[in-house]
Amino acid sequence: MTLYRRPLLYGALILCALLTMLPFALAVSGSLRSLDEIRADPGAWIPEHLTFDNFTRLFATEGFGGFMVNSIVVALMVVVGNIVAASAAGYALAKLEFAGKRLAFGAVMAAMMVPFSAVFVTQFVITVDMGLADTLTGIALPGVALPMSVFIMRQYALSIPDELLEAARIDGAGEFRIFFRIFLPLAGPAVATITIMSFLASWNNFIWPLIVAQSMSTYTLPVGLAATSQAAAHVTDYGLMLAGAIVVMLPVLLLFLFLQRYFVQGIAGTGMR
Amino acid sequence: MTVTLIPGTRRTRPPSVQPREARRSRPALRRTAVAWLFLAPFAVVFLLYTAIPTVAALGFSLTDLRGADLRTPFAVNFTGLENYARLFQDETFVRDILNTALFVAVGVPLTMGIGFALALTLNSGIRRLRGVFRTVFFAPVVTNVVAVALIWQYAFNADGTVNKVLGAVGLGGPNWLDDPNLAMPVVILLGVWRNFGTAMVLFLAGLQAIPQDVYEAASLDGAGRWRQLRHITLPLLLPTTLMVSVLLTVFYLQVFDEPYLLTGGGPLGSTESVALYTYRQFGSGEFGTSSAASFVMLVLVAVVSVVQFRLLRSRT
Repeated sequence: MTLYRRPLLYGALILCALLTMLPFALAVSGSLRSLDEIRADPGAWIPEHLTFDNFTRLFATEGFGGFMVNSIVVALMVVVGNIVAASAAGYALAKLEFAGKRLAFGAVMAAMMVPFSAVFVTQFVITVDMGLADTLTGIALPGVALPMSVFIMRQYALSIPDELLEAARIDGAGEFRIFFRIFLPLAGPAVATITIMSFLASWNNFIWPLIVAQSMSTYTLPVGLAATSQAAAHVTDYGLMLAGAIVVMLPVLLLFLFLQRYFVQGIAGTGMR
Repeated sequence: MTVTLIPGTRRTRPPSVQPREARRSRPALRRTAVAWLFLAPFAVVFLLYTAIPTVAALGFSLTDLRGADLRTPFAVNFTGLENYARLFQDETFVRDILNTALFVAVGVPLTMGIGFALALTLNSGIRRLRGVFRTVFFAPVVTNVVAVALIWQYAFNADGTVNKVLGAVGLGGPNWLDDPNLAMPVVILLGVWRNFGTAMVLFLAGLQAIPQDVYEAASLDGAGRWRQLRHITLPLLLPTTLMVSVLLTVFYLQVFDEPYLLTGGGPLGSTESVALYTYRQFGSGEFGTSSAASFVMLVLVAVVSVVQFRLLRSRT
Protein backbone atom coordinates (compact mmCIF):
# COMPACT_ATOMS: atom_id res chain seq x y z
CA MET A 1 0.00 0.00 0.00
CA THR A 2 2.66 2.53 1.01
CA LEU A 3 4.48 1.80 -2.23
CA TYR A 4 1.55 2.99 -4.31
CA ARG A 5 0.45 5.71 -1.97
CA ARG A 6 2.61 8.54 -3.26
CA PRO A 7 1.91 8.09 -6.99
CA LEU A 8 -1.80 7.73 -6.20
CA LEU A 9 -1.86 10.95 -4.22
CA TYR A 10 0.00 12.82 -6.95
CA GLY A 11 -2.25 11.34 -9.61
CA ALA A 12 -5.36 12.50 -7.77
CA LEU A 13 -3.91 15.95 -7.13
CA ILE A 14 -2.89 16.43 -10.76
CA LEU A 15 -6.33 15.37 -11.94
CA CYS A 16 -8.02 17.82 -9.55
CA ALA A 17 -5.62 20.58 -10.59
CA LEU A 18 -6.40 20.01 -14.28
CA LEU A 19 -10.15 20.08 -13.57
CA THR A 20 -9.73 23.30 -11.59
CA MET A 21 -7.79 24.94 -14.41
CA LEU A 22 -10.19 23.79 -17.12
CA PRO A 23 -12.38 26.93 -17.12
CA PHE A 24 -9.26 29.11 -17.49
CA ALA A 25 -8.00 27.01 -20.39
CA LEU A 26 -11.39 27.16 -22.05
CA ALA A 27 -11.50 30.95 -21.71
CA VAL A 28 -8.04 31.40 -23.18
CA SER A 29 -8.69 29.11 -26.14
CA GLY A 30 -12.12 30.62 -26.82
CA SER A 31 -10.85 34.19 -26.63
CA LEU A 32 -8.30 33.46 -29.36
CA ARG A 33 -10.88 32.15 -31.84
CA SER A 34 -12.48 34.31 -34.50
CA LEU A 35 -16.20 35.02 -34.61
CA ASP A 36 -16.69 32.89 -37.75
CA GLU A 37 -14.87 29.97 -36.22
CA ILE A 38 -16.98 30.08 -33.06
CA ARG A 39 -20.22 30.35 -35.02
CA ALA A 40 -19.23 27.37 -37.15
CA ASP A 41 -18.41 25.18 -34.14
CA PRO A 42 -19.07 26.77 -30.73
CA GLY A 43 -17.81 23.85 -28.69
CA ALA A 44 -14.41 23.22 -30.27
CA TRP A 45 -11.43 23.00 -27.91
CA ILE A 46 -8.56 24.35 -29.91
CA PRO A 47 -8.54 27.46 -32.13
CA GLU A 48 -7.65 26.68 -35.74
CA HIS A 49 -6.23 30.13 -36.37
CA LEU A 50 -5.08 32.24 -33.47
CA THR A 51 -6.38 35.80 -33.50
CA PHE A 52 -6.14 38.69 -31.07
CA ASP A 53 -9.02 40.41 -32.82
CA ASN A 54 -11.35 39.91 -29.82
CA PHE A 55 -8.98 41.74 -27.48
CA THR A 56 -8.47 44.56 -29.99
CA ARG A 57 -12.23 45.01 -30.36
CA LEU A 58 -12.71 45.22 -26.57
CA PHE A 59 -10.53 48.28 -26.32
CA ALA A 60 -11.18 49.80 -29.76
CA THR A 61 -14.98 49.66 -29.88
CA GLU A 62 -16.36 48.32 -26.58
CA GLY A 63 -14.84 50.95 -24.27
CA PHE A 64 -12.89 48.59 -22.03
CA GLY A 65 -10.09 51.13 -21.67
CA GLY A 66 -12.51 53.48 -19.92
CA PHE A 67 -13.97 50.70 -17.76
CA MET A 68 -10.47 49.75 -16.70
CA VAL A 69 -9.58 53.32 -15.72
CA ASN A 70 -12.82 53.49 -13.69
CA SER A 71 -12.04 50.19 -11.96
CA ILE A 72 -8.54 51.39 -11.09
CA VAL A 73 -9.78 54.77 -9.77
CA VAL A 74 -12.44 53.11 -7.59
CA ALA A 75 -9.94 50.52 -6.34
CA LEU A 76 -7.45 53.28 -5.43
CA MET A 77 -10.06 55.15 -3.41
CA VAL A 78 -11.08 51.95 -1.66
CA VAL A 79 -7.53 50.85 -0.87
CA VAL A 80 -6.38 54.24 0.45
CA GLY A 81 -9.58 54.60 2.48
CA ASN A 82 -9.17 51.16 4.02
CA ILE A 83 -5.52 51.72 4.93
CA VAL A 84 -6.34 55.00 6.68
CA ALA A 85 -9.63 54.00 8.32
CA ALA A 86 -8.63 50.48 9.34
CA SER A 87 -5.17 51.32 10.67
CA ALA A 88 -6.61 54.00 12.91
CA ALA A 89 -9.68 52.04 14.04
CA GLY A 90 -7.81 48.75 14.47
CA TYR A 91 -5.14 50.46 16.55
CA ALA A 92 -7.72 52.13 18.80
CA LEU A 93 -9.64 48.87 19.30
CA ALA A 94 -6.51 46.94 20.23
CA LYS A 95 -4.33 49.43 22.07
CA LEU A 96 -6.43 52.18 23.64
CA GLU A 97 -8.74 52.05 26.67
CA PHE A 98 -11.83 54.19 26.29
CA ALA A 99 -15.55 54.41 26.92
CA GLY A 100 -17.59 52.64 24.23
CA LYS A 101 -14.83 50.24 23.18
CA ARG A 102 -17.02 47.17 23.38
CA LEU A 103 -19.75 48.94 21.45
CA ALA A 104 -17.28 49.89 18.71
CA PHE A 105 -15.94 46.37 18.40
CA GLY A 106 -19.50 45.03 18.36
CA ALA A 107 -20.20 47.39 15.44
CA VAL A 108 -17.26 45.95 13.50
CA MET A 109 -18.44 42.38 14.06
CA ALA A 110 -22.06 43.26 13.25
CA ALA A 111 -21.03 45.07 10.07
CA MET A 112 -19.31 41.90 8.85
CA MET A 113 -22.56 39.99 9.27
CA VAL A 114 -25.19 42.30 7.79
CA PRO A 115 -26.14 40.87 4.39
CA PHE A 116 -25.71 43.22 1.45
CA SER A 117 -29.23 42.51 0.24
CA ALA A 118 -30.58 43.93 3.52
CA VAL A 119 -28.97 47.33 3.11
CA PHE A 120 -28.53 48.08 -0.57
CA VAL A 121 -31.91 49.78 -1.01
CA THR A 122 -31.15 52.40 1.65
CA GLN A 123 -27.53 52.63 0.59
CA PHE A 124 -28.80 53.53 -2.85
CA VAL A 125 -31.27 56.11 -1.49
CA ILE A 126 -28.46 57.70 0.59
CA THR A 127 -26.16 57.72 -2.44
CA VAL A 128 -28.81 59.48 -4.52
CA ASP A 129 -29.49 61.99 -1.70
CA MET A 130 -25.80 62.85 -1.49
CA GLY A 131 -25.79 63.51 -5.22
CA LEU A 132 -23.38 60.63 -5.79
CA ALA A 133 -25.51 58.47 -8.09
CA ASP A 134 -23.64 57.58 -11.27
CA THR A 135 -20.29 58.75 -9.86
CA LEU A 136 -17.11 56.80 -9.11
CA THR A 137 -17.10 58.24 -5.57
CA GLY A 138 -20.59 56.87 -5.04
CA ILE A 139 -19.38 53.44 -6.15
CA ALA A 140 -16.30 53.52 -3.91
CA LEU A 141 -17.68 55.09 -0.74
CA PRO A 142 -19.43 52.13 0.99
CA GLY A 143 -16.21 50.14 0.59
CA VAL A 144 -13.67 52.64 1.94
CA ALA A 145 -13.79 51.35 5.53
CA LEU A 146 -14.49 47.63 5.35
CA PRO A 147 -15.08 45.98 8.75
CA MET A 148 -12.91 43.10 7.53
CA SER A 149 -9.94 45.49 7.28
CA VAL A 150 -10.52 46.86 10.78
CA PHE A 151 -10.68 43.30 12.09
CA ILE A 152 -7.40 42.33 10.37
CA MET A 153 -5.65 45.41 11.77
CA ARG A 154 -7.02 44.90 15.28
CA GLN A 155 -5.85 41.27 15.35
CA TYR A 156 -2.43 42.35 14.18
CA ALA A 157 -2.20 45.24 16.65
CA LEU A 158 -2.98 42.87 19.52
CA SER A 159 0.24 41.02 18.73
CA ILE A 160 2.38 44.15 19.15
CA PRO A 161 3.68 44.39 22.75
CA ASP A 162 2.19 47.16 24.88
CA GLU A 163 5.61 47.91 26.37
CA LEU A 164 6.72 49.52 23.13
CA LEU A 165 3.87 52.00 23.23
CA GLU A 166 4.07 52.51 27.01
CA ALA A 167 7.73 53.47 26.77
CA ALA A 168 6.87 56.20 24.28
CA ARG A 169 3.96 57.34 26.44
CA ILE A 170 6.24 57.70 29.45
CA ASP A 171 8.58 59.77 27.33
CA GLY A 172 5.65 62.11 26.82
CA ALA A 173 4.73 61.28 23.22
CA GLY A 174 1.11 62.01 22.26
CA GLU A 175 -1.25 59.30 20.98
CA PHE A 176 -1.04 60.46 17.38
CA ARG A 177 2.74 60.57 17.49
CA ILE A 178 2.82 57.04 18.92
CA PHE A 179 0.44 55.86 16.22
CA PHE A 180 2.41 57.34 13.32
CA ARG A 181 5.96 56.92 14.61
CA ILE A 182 5.82 53.60 16.44
CA PHE A 183 2.73 51.62 15.51
CA LEU A 184 2.42 52.24 11.76
CA PRO A 185 6.04 51.32 10.91
CA LEU A 186 5.45 47.98 12.65
CA ALA A 187 2.08 47.35 10.96
CA GLY A 188 3.48 46.68 7.47
CA PRO A 189 2.23 43.10 7.10
CA ALA A 190 -1.31 44.02 8.16
CA VAL A 191 -1.32 47.03 5.83
CA ALA A 192 -0.22 44.73 2.99
CA THR A 193 -3.02 42.25 3.74
CA ILE A 194 -5.58 45.06 3.93
CA THR A 195 -4.33 46.53 0.64
CA ILE A 196 -4.70 43.20 -1.13
CA MET A 197 -8.04 42.29 0.39
CA SER A 198 -9.70 45.64 -0.20
CA PHE A 199 -8.32 45.79 -3.74
CA LEU A 200 -9.79 42.34 -4.40
CA ALA A 201 -13.15 43.33 -2.90
CA SER A 202 -13.28 46.49 -4.99
CA TRP A 203 -12.04 44.98 -8.27
CA ASN A 204 -14.48 42.07 -8.12
CA ASN A 205 -17.47 43.98 -6.74
CA PHE A 206 -20.40 43.67 -9.08
CA ILE A 207 -23.91 44.36 -7.72
CA TRP A 208 -23.21 47.71 -6.07
CA PRO A 209 -21.45 49.29 -9.08
CA LEU A 210 -24.23 47.81 -11.22
CA ILE A 211 -26.81 49.69 -9.13
CA VAL A 212 -24.92 52.99 -8.87
CA ALA A 213 -23.41 53.25 -12.37
CA GLN A 214 -26.07 54.36 -14.80
CA SER A 215 -24.01 55.39 -17.81
CA MET A 216 -21.06 53.88 -19.62
CA SER A 217 -18.82 56.67 -18.34
CA THR A 218 -18.97 55.23 -14.80
CA TYR A 219 -19.05 51.50 -15.60
CA THR A 220 -16.38 49.50 -13.81
CA LEU A 221 -14.90 46.45 -15.58
CA PRO A 222 -17.36 43.84 -14.21
CA VAL A 223 -20.38 46.05 -15.03
CA GLY A 224 -18.98 46.85 -18.47
CA LEU A 225 -18.26 43.17 -19.09
CA ALA A 226 -21.81 42.21 -18.09
CA ALA A 227 -23.27 44.87 -20.39
CA THR A 228 -21.01 43.99 -23.31
CA SER A 229 -21.66 40.29 -22.96
CA GLN A 230 -25.42 40.75 -22.80
CA ALA A 231 -25.28 42.30 -26.24
CA ALA A 232 -22.64 39.85 -27.49
CA ALA A 233 -24.59 36.79 -26.34
CA HIS A 234 -27.43 37.64 -28.73
CA VAL A 235 -25.08 37.30 -31.68
CA THR A 236 -23.15 34.36 -30.10
CA ASP A 237 -20.01 36.49 -30.00
CA TYR A 238 -18.43 34.26 -27.38
CA GLY A 239 -14.87 35.17 -28.33
CA LEU A 240 -15.46 38.79 -27.35
CA MET A 241 -17.10 37.75 -24.05
CA LEU A 242 -14.24 35.40 -23.14
CA ALA A 243 -11.61 37.97 -24.05
CA GLY A 244 -13.42 40.39 -21.74
CA ALA A 245 -13.48 37.75 -19.00
CA ILE A 246 -9.71 37.38 -19.29
CA VAL A 247 -9.09 41.12 -19.21
CA VAL A 248 -11.13 41.35 -15.99
CA MET A 249 -9.51 38.34 -14.29
CA LEU A 250 -5.89 38.72 -15.36
CA PRO A 251 -4.76 41.65 -13.16
CA VAL A 252 -5.98 39.92 -9.99
CA LEU A 253 -4.59 36.53 -10.99
CA LEU A 254 -1.17 38.05 -11.66
CA LEU A 255 -1.25 39.92 -8.36
CA PHE A 256 -2.26 36.67 -6.67
CA LEU A 257 0.67 34.77 -8.19
CA PHE A 258 3.18 37.24 -6.77
CA LEU A 259 1.54 38.11 -3.46
CA GLN A 260 -0.13 34.80 -2.69
CA ARG A 261 0.82 34.87 0.98
CA TYR A 262 -1.25 37.98 1.68
CA PHE A 263 -4.30 36.71 -0.16
CA VAL A 264 -4.26 33.45 1.77
CA GLN A 265 -3.58 35.18 5.09
CA GLY A 266 -6.35 37.66 4.51
CA ILE A 267 -8.94 35.06 3.65
CA ALA A 268 -7.82 32.54 6.27
CA GLY A 269 -7.75 35.28 8.90
CA THR A 270 -11.26 36.54 8.34
CA GLY A 271 -12.96 34.01 6.12
CA MET A 272 -14.09 36.91 3.97
CA ARG A 273 -13.29 38.24 0.59
CA MET B 1 -1.09 31.42 10.35
CA THR B 2 -3.96 30.59 12.59
CA VAL B 3 -7.65 30.97 12.17
CA THR B 4 -8.42 33.98 14.28
CA LEU B 5 -12.02 34.71 13.43
CA ILE B 6 -13.46 33.83 16.83
CA PRO B 7 -10.65 33.06 19.28
CA GLY B 8 -9.24 36.57 18.82
CA THR B 9 -12.39 38.15 20.10
CA ARG B 10 -11.78 36.68 23.51
CA ARG B 11 -8.50 38.52 23.83
CA THR B 12 -10.19 41.81 24.57
CA ARG B 13 -9.07 43.00 27.97
CA PRO B 14 -11.77 43.23 30.62
CA PRO B 15 -13.08 46.77 31.09
CA SER B 16 -10.86 48.74 33.42
CA VAL B 17 -11.89 48.57 37.03
CA GLN B 18 -10.93 52.07 38.06
CA PRO B 19 -13.16 53.90 40.52
CA ARG B 20 -15.87 56.02 38.93
CA GLU B 21 -14.30 59.36 39.77
CA ALA B 22 -11.07 58.36 38.12
CA ARG B 23 -12.85 57.22 35.00
CA ARG B 24 -14.54 60.55 34.60
CA SER B 25 -11.34 62.46 35.20
CA ARG B 26 -9.95 64.66 32.47
CA PRO B 27 -7.25 62.28 31.25
CA ALA B 28 -9.88 59.54 30.84
CA LEU B 29 -12.17 61.86 28.93
CA ARG B 30 -9.27 62.93 26.78
CA ARG B 31 -8.31 59.31 26.12
CA THR B 32 -11.86 58.52 25.04
CA ALA B 33 -12.02 61.54 22.76
CA VAL B 34 -8.69 60.64 21.16
CA ALA B 35 -9.77 57.00 20.65
CA TRP B 36 -13.01 58.03 18.96
CA LEU B 37 -11.04 60.36 16.73
CA PHE B 38 -9.08 57.28 15.61
CA LEU B 39 -12.37 55.46 15.06
CA ALA B 40 -14.10 58.35 13.29
CA PRO B 41 -13.50 57.40 9.63
CA PHE B 42 -14.76 53.86 10.18
CA ALA B 43 -17.63 55.08 12.39
CA VAL B 44 -18.90 57.54 9.77
CA VAL B 45 -18.94 54.95 6.99
CA PHE B 46 -20.48 52.39 9.36
CA LEU B 47 -23.30 54.75 10.36
CA LEU B 48 -23.98 55.85 6.81
CA TYR B 49 -23.82 52.50 5.03
CA THR B 50 -24.58 49.86 7.68
CA ALA B 51 -26.35 51.18 10.80
CA ILE B 52 -28.75 53.64 9.18
CA PRO B 53 -29.59 51.35 6.23
CA THR B 54 -30.30 48.42 8.55
CA VAL B 55 -32.67 50.45 10.72
CA ALA B 56 -34.19 52.05 7.63
CA ALA B 57 -34.74 48.67 5.98
CA LEU B 58 -36.69 47.58 9.05
CA GLY B 59 -38.70 50.79 8.82
CA PHE B 60 -39.30 50.52 5.06
CA SER B 61 -40.46 46.94 5.48
CA LEU B 62 -43.36 48.20 7.59
CA THR B 63 -44.56 50.67 4.95
CA ASP B 64 -45.87 50.65 1.41
CA LEU B 65 -42.85 52.64 0.16
CA ARG B 66 -42.39 52.49 -3.58
CA GLY B 67 -39.64 53.82 -5.79
CA ALA B 68 -41.84 56.67 -6.96
CA ASP B 69 -42.36 57.83 -3.33
CA LEU B 70 -38.71 58.69 -2.73
CA ARG B 71 -39.30 62.40 -3.39
CA THR B 72 -42.46 62.54 -1.24
CA PRO B 73 -41.56 60.46 1.82
CA PHE B 74 -44.58 61.68 3.84
CA ALA B 75 -47.09 60.22 1.43
CA VAL B 76 -45.97 56.75 2.52
CA ASN B 77 -48.32 54.74 4.71
CA PHE B 78 -47.48 52.60 7.69
CA THR B 79 -48.79 49.13 6.93
CA GLY B 80 -47.50 47.09 9.88
CA LEU B 81 -46.62 43.52 9.09
CA GLU B 82 -48.62 43.47 5.85
CA ASN B 83 -45.50 43.15 3.67
CA TYR B 84 -44.34 40.14 5.65
CA ALA B 85 -47.76 38.50 5.49
CA ARG B 86 -47.89 39.05 1.74
CA LEU B 87 -44.33 37.74 1.38
CA PHE B 88 -45.16 34.35 2.80
CA GLN B 89 -48.33 34.11 0.72
CA ASP B 90 -46.28 34.86 -2.38
CA GLU B 91 -45.57 31.54 -4.07
CA THR B 92 -42.47 32.89 -5.80
CA PHE B 93 -40.96 33.95 -2.45
CA VAL B 94 -41.57 30.55 -0.89
CA ARG B 95 -40.09 28.95 -4.02
CA ASP B 96 -37.05 31.22 -3.76
CA ILE B 97 -36.54 30.24 -0.11
CA LEU B 98 -36.58 26.58 -1.16
CA ASN B 99 -34.16 27.32 -4.02
CA THR B 100 -31.82 29.07 -1.60
CA ALA B 101 -32.12 26.18 0.86
CA LEU B 102 -31.22 23.76 -1.94
CA PHE B 103 -28.19 25.85 -2.85
CA VAL B 104 -27.05 25.74 0.80
CA ALA B 105 -27.90 22.07 1.37
CA VAL B 106 -25.98 20.88 -1.70
CA GLY B 107 -23.36 23.60 -1.99
CA VAL B 108 -22.06 23.64 1.58
CA PRO B 109 -21.29 19.89 1.96
CA LEU B 110 -19.86 19.74 -1.56
CA THR B 111 -17.59 22.75 -1.06
CA MET B 112 -16.47 21.49 2.34
CA GLY B 113 -15.94 17.92 1.13
CA ILE B 114 -13.71 18.99 -1.75
CA GLY B 115 -11.86 21.53 0.40
CA PHE B 116 -11.29 19.01 3.18
CA ALA B 117 -10.14 16.20 0.87
CA LEU B 118 -7.64 18.50 -0.85
CA ALA B 119 -6.36 19.92 2.45
CA LEU B 120 -5.91 16.41 3.83
CA THR B 121 -4.02 15.30 0.72
CA LEU B 122 -1.79 18.38 0.67
CA ASN B 123 -1.08 17.84 4.37
CA SER B 124 -0.24 14.14 4.05
CA GLY B 125 3.51 14.62 3.92
CA ILE B 126 4.01 15.34 0.23
CA ARG B 127 6.67 17.96 -0.38
CA ARG B 128 7.09 18.41 -4.08
CA LEU B 129 4.77 20.81 -5.93
CA ARG B 130 2.80 21.44 -2.75
CA GLY B 131 2.91 25.21 -3.27
CA VAL B 132 1.91 24.86 -6.91
CA PHE B 133 -1.12 22.75 -6.05
CA ARG B 134 -2.19 25.18 -3.36
CA THR B 135 -1.90 28.08 -5.82
CA VAL B 136 -3.95 26.27 -8.44
CA PHE B 137 -6.72 25.27 -6.02
CA PHE B 138 -6.91 28.73 -4.54
CA ALA B 139 -6.89 30.64 -7.84
CA PRO B 140 -10.69 30.37 -8.43
CA VAL B 141 -11.28 32.26 -5.16
CA VAL B 142 -9.78 35.45 -6.57
CA THR B 143 -11.61 35.30 -9.89
CA ASN B 144 -14.33 37.71 -10.90
CA VAL B 145 -17.79 36.16 -10.84
CA VAL B 146 -18.98 38.00 -13.96
CA ALA B 147 -16.03 36.64 -15.92
CA VAL B 148 -16.45 33.08 -14.66
CA ALA B 149 -20.18 33.11 -15.35
CA LEU B 150 -19.39 33.92 -19.00
CA ILE B 151 -17.02 30.96 -19.20
CA TRP B 152 -19.75 28.77 -17.71
CA GLN B 153 -22.25 30.04 -20.32
CA TYR B 154 -19.79 29.27 -23.07
CA ALA B 155 -19.08 25.78 -21.74
CA PHE B 156 -22.69 24.83 -20.93
CA ASN B 157 -24.57 26.26 -23.90
CA ALA B 158 -26.42 23.78 -26.11
CA ASP B 159 -23.54 23.51 -28.61
CA GLY B 160 -20.87 24.19 -26.01
CA THR B 161 -17.77 22.33 -24.96
CA VAL B 162 -19.46 20.24 -22.27
CA ASN B 163 -21.97 18.84 -24.72
CA LYS B 164 -19.24 18.32 -27.28
CA VAL B 165 -17.41 16.11 -24.76
CA LEU B 166 -20.63 14.27 -23.92
CA GLY B 167 -21.27 13.80 -27.64
CA ALA B 168 -17.84 12.27 -28.08
CA VAL B 169 -18.76 9.50 -25.66
CA GLY B 170 -22.12 9.04 -27.31
CA LEU B 171 -24.33 11.03 -24.95
CA GLY B 172 -26.72 13.66 -26.21
CA GLY B 173 -26.15 16.76 -24.09
CA PRO B 174 -29.14 18.82 -22.97
CA ASN B 175 -29.47 22.57 -23.08
CA TRP B 176 -28.29 22.91 -19.49
CA LEU B 177 -29.22 26.46 -18.62
CA ASP B 178 -32.66 26.26 -20.26
CA ASP B 179 -33.72 23.15 -18.39
CA PRO B 180 -35.48 23.84 -15.04
CA ASN B 181 -34.00 20.64 -13.58
CA LEU B 182 -30.43 21.11 -14.81
CA ALA B 183 -29.88 24.85 -14.43
CA MET B 184 -29.54 24.71 -10.64
CA PRO B 185 -26.77 22.07 -10.64
CA VAL B 186 -24.78 24.21 -13.11
CA VAL B 187 -25.29 27.29 -10.90
CA ILE B 188 -24.22 25.34 -7.80
CA LEU B 189 -21.14 24.03 -9.62
CA LEU B 190 -20.09 27.62 -10.31
CA GLY B 191 -20.47 28.50 -6.62
CA VAL B 192 -18.54 25.42 -5.50
CA TRP B 193 -15.71 26.05 -7.97
CA ARG B 194 -15.26 29.59 -6.69
CA ASN B 195 -15.33 28.67 -3.01
CA PHE B 196 -13.70 25.30 -2.34
CA GLY B 197 -10.29 27.03 -2.23
CA THR B 198 -11.42 29.06 0.77
CA ALA B 199 -12.53 25.90 2.57
CA MET B 200 -9.24 24.21 1.67
CA VAL B 201 -7.10 27.02 3.06
CA LEU B 202 -9.09 27.14 6.30
CA PHE B 203 -8.86 23.35 6.71
CA LEU B 204 -5.12 23.45 5.97
CA ALA B 205 -4.64 26.02 8.72
CA GLY B 206 -6.66 23.83 11.08
CA LEU B 207 -4.70 20.69 10.18
CA GLN B 208 -1.36 22.40 10.66
CA ALA B 209 -2.39 23.49 14.14
CA ILE B 210 -2.73 19.86 15.27
CA PRO B 211 0.52 18.89 17.07
CA GLN B 212 2.49 16.13 15.30
CA ASP B 213 3.31 14.21 18.50
CA VAL B 214 -0.35 13.23 18.89
CA TYR B 215 -0.04 11.28 15.64
CA GLU B 216 3.32 9.83 16.65
CA ALA B 217 1.86 8.56 19.91
CA ALA B 218 -1.07 7.05 18.04
CA SER B 219 1.05 5.21 15.50
CA LEU B 220 3.23 3.86 18.34
CA ASP B 221 0.03 2.46 19.78
CA GLY B 222 -0.61 0.81 16.41
CA ALA B 223 -3.39 3.06 15.11
CA GLY B 224 -3.59 3.03 11.30
CA ARG B 225 -4.24 5.98 9.03
CA TRP B 226 -8.03 5.64 9.07
CA ARG B 227 -8.22 5.33 12.83
CA GLN B 228 -5.95 8.34 13.20
CA LEU B 229 -8.21 10.29 10.87
CA ARG B 230 -11.33 9.25 12.75
CA HIS B 231 -10.08 9.55 16.31
CA ILE B 232 -7.55 12.39 16.10
CA THR B 233 -7.90 14.55 13.00
CA LEU B 234 -11.68 14.84 12.83
CA PRO B 235 -12.30 15.56 16.54
CA LEU B 236 -9.45 18.07 16.77
CA LEU B 237 -10.60 19.74 13.57
CA LEU B 238 -14.15 20.21 14.82
CA PRO B 239 -13.87 23.96 15.58
CA THR B 240 -12.51 24.57 12.07
CA THR B 241 -15.20 22.42 10.49
CA LEU B 242 -17.87 24.28 12.39
CA MET B 243 -16.45 27.65 11.40
CA VAL B 244 -16.15 26.73 7.71
CA SER B 245 -19.66 25.33 7.60
CA VAL B 246 -21.22 28.43 9.12
CA LEU B 247 -19.09 30.73 6.99
CA LEU B 248 -20.21 28.99 3.82
CA THR B 249 -23.81 28.76 5.00
CA VAL B 250 -23.97 32.50 5.63
CA PHE B 251 -22.28 33.08 2.30
CA TYR B 252 -24.52 30.76 0.26
CA LEU B 253 -27.69 32.00 1.98
CA GLN B 254 -26.96 35.32 0.30
CA VAL B 255 -26.28 33.81 -3.11
CA PHE B 256 -26.97 36.37 -5.82
CA ASP B 257 -24.22 36.78 -8.41
CA GLU B 258 -24.17 33.22 -9.72
CA PRO B 259 -27.88 32.83 -10.60
CA TYR B 260 -28.23 36.50 -11.60
CA LEU B 261 -25.45 36.20 -14.15
CA LEU B 262 -25.95 32.65 -15.39
CA THR B 263 -29.71 32.33 -15.64
CA GLY B 264 -31.25 35.56 -14.34
CA GLY B 265 -33.15 33.31 -11.92
CA GLY B 266 -34.74 31.23 -14.67
CA PRO B 267 -35.76 29.04 -16.33
CA LEU B 268 -39.22 29.31 -14.76
CA GLY B 269 -37.69 30.73 -11.59
CA SER B 270 -35.92 27.48 -10.88
CA THR B 271 -32.69 29.22 -9.83
CA GLU B 272 -34.07 32.42 -8.29
CA SER B 273 -32.63 32.97 -4.79
CA VAL B 274 -34.00 35.13 -1.96
CA ALA B 275 -31.40 37.81 -2.68
CA LEU B 276 -32.50 37.80 -6.32
CA TYR B 277 -36.13 38.18 -5.21
CA THR B 278 -35.11 41.21 -3.13
CA TYR B 279 -33.35 42.70 -6.12
CA ARG B 280 -36.27 42.01 -8.46
CA GLN B 281 -38.72 43.74 -6.08
CA PHE B 282 -36.30 46.67 -5.80
CA GLY B 283 -36.05 46.81 -9.59
CA SER B 284 -39.83 47.00 -9.98
CA GLY B 285 -40.00 49.78 -7.38
CA GLU B 286 -41.55 47.72 -4.55
CA PHE B 287 -39.15 49.03 -1.89
CA GLY B 288 -41.39 47.95 1.02
CA THR B 289 -41.63 44.35 -0.12
CA SER B 290 -37.95 44.31 -1.04
CA SER B 291 -36.99 45.52 2.45
CA ALA B 292 -39.23 42.94 4.12
CA ALA B 293 -37.62 40.15 2.08
CA SER B 294 -34.16 41.44 2.91
CA PHE B 295 -35.04 41.52 6.59
CA VAL B 296 -36.09 37.90 6.50
CA MET B 297 -32.62 37.24 5.07
CA LEU B 298 -30.96 39.31 7.79
CA VAL B 299 -32.74 37.32 10.50
CA LEU B 300 -31.70 34.03 8.86
CA VAL B 301 -28.08 35.12 8.67
CA ALA B 302 -28.13 36.43 12.24
CA VAL B 303 -29.60 33.16 13.56
CA VAL B 304 -26.91 31.10 11.80
CA SER B 305 -24.17 33.44 13.05
CA VAL B 306 -25.40 33.35 16.65
CA VAL B 307 -25.57 29.57 16.55
CA GLN B 308 -21.96 29.61 15.32
CA PHE B 309 -20.80 31.76 18.22
CA ARG B 310 -22.61 29.61 20.76
CA LEU B 311 -21.26 26.35 19.35
CA LEU B 312 -17.72 27.68 19.15
CA ARG B 313 -17.85 29.06 22.68
CA SER B 314 -18.93 25.71 24.06
CA ARG B 315 -16.37 23.75 22.06
CA THR B 316 -13.23 25.79 22.50
